[in-house]
Amino acid sequence: MRVSMDIELKDVPGQMLLALQPLSECKANLITVLHHHQKRTPRKTVPVQLVLEAKPESIGIIKAKLEESGVRVVRVGEQRFRETINVVLIGHVVHTGIQDTIDEIDKTGFAEVVDLSLSMPGINLLSSALIRIDAEGKEELQKALDILKSVSTKKDLLMVLPIDIQA
Amino acid sequence: MKTVCCSILGFGAIGQGVAQALLMKKEYLKSIGLEVKVVAVVDSKGATVNPQGVDLADCLSRKKKNGTVALENITGVEMIRSVNHELVIETTPTDIKTGGPGLQNMFAAFETGKDVITSNKGPLTLKYRELLETAKAAGSKFRFEATVGGSMPIINLANEVLAGNRIISIKGILNGTCNYILTRMLEERASYTDILAESLELGIAETDPTYDVEGIDTACKLVILANAIFGLDVTYKDVEVTGITKITPEALEMAYERGHVIKLIGEVSREKIQVAPRLVPIKHPLAVGGTLNVASVYTELAGEITVTGKGAGPIETASAILSDLISIYGKN
Repeated sequence: MRVSMDIELKDVPGQMLLALQPLSECKANLITVLHHHQKRTPRKTVPVQLVLEAKPESIGIIKAKLEESGVRVVRVGEQRFRETINVVLIGHVVHTGIQDTIDEIDKTGFAEVVDLSLSMPGINLLSSALIRIDAEGKEELQKALDILKSVSTKKDLLMVLPIDIQA
Repeated sequence: MKTVCCSILGFGAIGQGVAQALLMKKEYLKSIGLEVKVVAVVDSKGATVNPQGVDLADCLSRKKKNGTVALENITGVEMIRSVNHELVIETTPTDIKTGGPGLQNMFAAFETGKDVITSNKGPLTLKYRELLETAKAAGSKFRFEATVGGSMPIINLANEVLAGNRIISIKGILNGTCNYILTRMLEERASYTDILAESLELGIAETDPTYDVEGIDTACKLVILANAIFGLDVTYKDVEVTGITKITPEALEMAYERGHVIKLIGEVSREKIQVAPRLVPIKHPLAVGGTLNVASVYTELAGEITVTGKGAGPIETASAILSDLISIYGKN
């Protein structure tokens, strides 16, 4: 499973290595590290965000080992959505029921519309929307796009997809 | 020195561009052992024929003054059948419904054992396989680099320079007019209609822009790439086509705020042939502006190769025709 983990490190040399050691021991795959060195918590520690992939049973062990080493673990959360995409929709986006368009994606359970920008320049003019969809994985993202494509065809909306996506 | 006797069929902007390029490159061609002798120039009203070689500068001047080069009332096909030469440079306008005179000219050229170099997409979009087989049966050479991307090398790049590589797919911007319209709509935050009017005024768009803005021109180019590079046997009807007429300045602006531009992208692989507006990251190699064309060739061994260049213009298109000519005759 993929989890995000917020930890706090003391501002002394060697702390990052200390934090990564339990991950290596539990064969976790480190996806990203965001080291906010310019920030300080009220405890004078440095906040670090990790995203890692590990067996579900390893997550608790990693957390315990980190805490044993003196690394404070502030939050551990499952990261459900691994894929994200921006899609532009052009047409009578609002009048054809934008809520319904969003619902079609949201009700899948594996993908969600998480952001929406909308422009309606005039009653008789075409509206434009840019939506961001998060999905659990590549396959789920493709399924969500297939649903959106079918809805767009029904509502006569032009769907503009990123170049690296199979349309 | 090898003398290549040829005719130019179609003396519009591209045909005239070819004449100018041949005049400009006369000494260069001599330096590589080629003398190109144009024995006939044909336009829609008739022809100038001289087996000893027509005066190209005079043809250009008469075309400008009279609107035609016609001194004799004969058609392209009649000239091909009656005048002795080895190469037909076919630059008549594209007609994707019937193939137009270009299709008849090409068949006549092959039937009389002549080689053909063309910039005309229509015949290749409709009857690629038939043309290729007729050329093969006649032992004629058939080259058409100028049909896709103007000066930008793509067919010869994939088939010759990248020989040995399996081409996986090709994606790109193959229509300069659409690229200009989308670029300017974003720059000026202006509507499609306003920028189309500007494009017409500047001569970038045709009086009837349908062919460009509905994605038909890009689709025809994809058909040529699919047949010539991927070895498929497809026509225009096999392409999924969406144009740019619905694109709004607001959509372009929202996409730009998230680091993307919208471009009309043609995409061809063994599985799919499609033309559609797509979101392209601003720093992506395909995010070129203005009237430029660009194509990324995805290959098995060499990875991704991207070429960009001017997709239209008489001299630019003539450059592709000249490269085909040198490719056929320069090696002999």
